[in-house]
Amino acid sequence: MRRLLVGVPYVWLLVLFLVPFGIVLKISLSDIALAIPPYTPTLDLSGGWAGIREFFSQLDLENYVFLTSDDLYWKAYLSSLQIAVIATFLTLLAGFPIAYGMARAPEEWRPALLMLVILPFWTSFLIRVYAWIGILSTEGFLNQFLLWTGLISEPLTILNTNTAVYIGIVYTYLPFMILPIYATLERMDASLLEAAEDLGCSRIQAFWLVTLPLARPGVVAGCFLVFIPTLGEFVIPSLLGGSDTLMIGKVLWEEFFNNRDWPVASAVAIILLLILIVPIILFQRNQQLNREAEQ
Amino acid sequence: MAVSGKDDVFAPWKDATAEPLIKINGVTKRFGDFTAIDNISLEIYPQEFFALLGPSGCGKTTLMRMLAGFETPTSGVISIDGQDMSTVPPNKRAVNMMFQSYALFPHLSVWENIAFGLRRDGLDKEKIAARVEEMLKLVQLGKFAKRKPHQISGGQRQRVALARSLAKAPKLLLLDEPLGALDKKLRQETQFELMDIQEKTGTTFVIVTHDQEEAMTVASRVAVMDHGQLIQVETPEVIYEQPNSVYVADFIGDVNLIEGSVSGLDSGAELAWAEGRDPLIGQPGASLSKGQSASFAIRPEKIAISAEEPQDRRNRVQGKILDIGYLGNLSTYHVELPDGPIIKCEVGNRSRIERRDFTWEDEVWLSWSDTAGLVLPR
Ligand SMILES: Nc1ncnc2c1ncn2[C@@H]1O[C@H](COP(=O)(O)OP(=O)(O)OP(=O)(O)O)[C@@H](O)[C@H]1O
Ligand SMILES: [Mg+2]
Repeated sequence: MRRLLVGVPYVWLLVLFLVPFGIVLKISLSDIALAIPPYTPTLDLSGGWAGIREFFSQLDLENYVFLTSDDLYWKAYLSSLQIAVIATFLTLLAGFPIAYGMARAPEEWRPALLMLVILPFWTSFLIRVYAWIGILSTEGFLNQFLLWTGLISEPLTILNTNTAVYIGIVYTYLPFMILPIYATLERMDASLLEAAEDLGCSRIQAFWLVTLPLARPGVVAGCFLVFIPTLGEFVIPSLLGGSDTLMIGKVLWEEFFNNRDWPVASAVAIILLLILIVPIILFQRNQQLNREAEQ
Repeated sequence: MAVSGKDDVFAPWKDATAEPLIKINGVTKRFGDFTAIDNISLEIYPQEFFALLGPSGCGKTTLMRMLAGFETPTSGVISIDGQDMSTVPPNKRAVNMMFQSYALFPHLSVWENIAFGLRRDGLDKEKIAARVEEMLKLVQLGKFAKRKPHQISGGQRQRVALARSLAKAPKLLLLDEPLGALDKKLRQETQFELMDIQEKTGTTFVIVTHDQEEAMTVASRVAVMDHGQLIQVETPEVIYEQPNSVYVADFIGDVNLIEGSVSGLDSGAELAWAEGRDPLIGQPGASLSKGQSASFAIRPEKIAISAEEPQDRRNRVQGKILDIGYLGNLSTYHVELPDGPIIKCEVGNRSRIERRDFTWEDEVWLSWSDTAGLVLPR
């Protein structure tokens, strides 16, 4: 019985992660073919041992070599990294004050405020991104409002630029930033700030010397939670971004569906995963350290 | 007002020329329509070890927080060292507080916690290091300097909190139930440590405690509070021997209370307590008038117990032993008087067999001197 319980997460990992990963890895080592599925070789067990040997001998790293030959790919990776870093930073700038305000709000308001943060998840992500098109387009609400106030005389071009992508990412991932920061701030003992003041800090010094260092684990967790999905983000850049918005998620999509080059697309995905492993491991270590510090 | 010779008793509150360090003048604090502190006036003198005592919710913490600057009085004035504090924020007061929860910074080591306040003063590095080392030595935590608060024991944490609040050599140190979390032995050790530190540094201490024994041990004066008011402010001896009210007598230590009415005020105060009985005689604990209802307060250890009727004492009553408690160093007897009240009396066990001759249901005589008891208005 105990073994069964311990085994459940491993089965989960195997079925939902390792098996798909193995399939994608295999496709990335295959060659493109005009067939269904659109790659070759496929494993044919009826051929027996020789068939399996034949199958493995046809796998190669050709697609990975191809990725290095066209500078589209590494540019897309770099550009994704850049966008993810900047967007994470912007999300932090927006999320920290919100989390701080929530943690400082009267206790009876907090559940309602938390609810408001989570509320957008109740509607489809796609619909919300489409809504942003309505807001940001040249005839959109934002431009109409700004024209009406007289702040601008010509409509701004925001949609289909990187700015729109940043707006979309900050909007979408804000809860992932707010929640962990809020959790650390809310747990913080208010008497620590009084102690800091008692020992000669002004309010602002107390914020820098006590609040911020204590919120650090939440900030780090929030940044990873935003950075990791943003790096491979596809919907936001393709709906809100322009033709010059280069993100690896978009490239991946195009390889799969426009070019129907599954092997290259899979290779792109595997590299993306390898890039993500570093921040994921760092994130895990951060969580681990926090748990240890709490004991 | 030096505290020098042995015979020179430290009692600045009796000295009309002494300047108090803290002057609390008609201070009231309300939270909404709830009055937490009700028009308190109090003076605390330099180098005092002043204890605030009272039941939960009586306003002790609120009073301390006003001294530290975390709460502002609704009305009245607090001045420290002659300066009106009403506009002085906590970080500008020469006051440090040791929090009940210790409030150690979890992200800083023991060393950095102690250095925290010193750094805010912009002292140079060597001075800070020297002071921190000094503090670590004082609380005997040199070995733990590098540890984080979660890596040391509760008692050690408490000492770090103490060292941190002492590091800046404040004029006034506020201790809010500093020893609440410690076991009895460590608690007693720390009490003596505190007194020692107080003697060495000359800092004025104000300590909040739930534990009256602690207050009696460490304090130069004790204030007994109830419902936001000061009931009595006196030295521990006076609080114990001459409480000004039934409330204080009952709050501090064990006391027998016998109810009755004042029947005479000629030789001490006389209290008629039961039909057909001689009145009890004691000292008046406050101004009394004849006929007023009052309580006779007598501490258990002031009562003698004997088998024969003692002839030399006017206060004597007969009763039956209900219960005997053997506490090692002393025995307690609960004696029921014929008219109802149960009197508790404590007798030291000086020799091993002494006074073991009383047993349950024995008829015994209780007696005490004319000056042992107090008659207190109700
Ligand atoms: N911020 C506040 N808002 C409303 N009421 C408060 C506030 N702070 C304290 N009180 C009330 O004031 C009263 C005194 O509180 P205080 O904390 O001073 O009590 P205390 O004597 O320190 O009690 P304890 O011994 O339990 O610590 C309590 O009834 C408490 O509920
Ligand atoms: Mg309290």
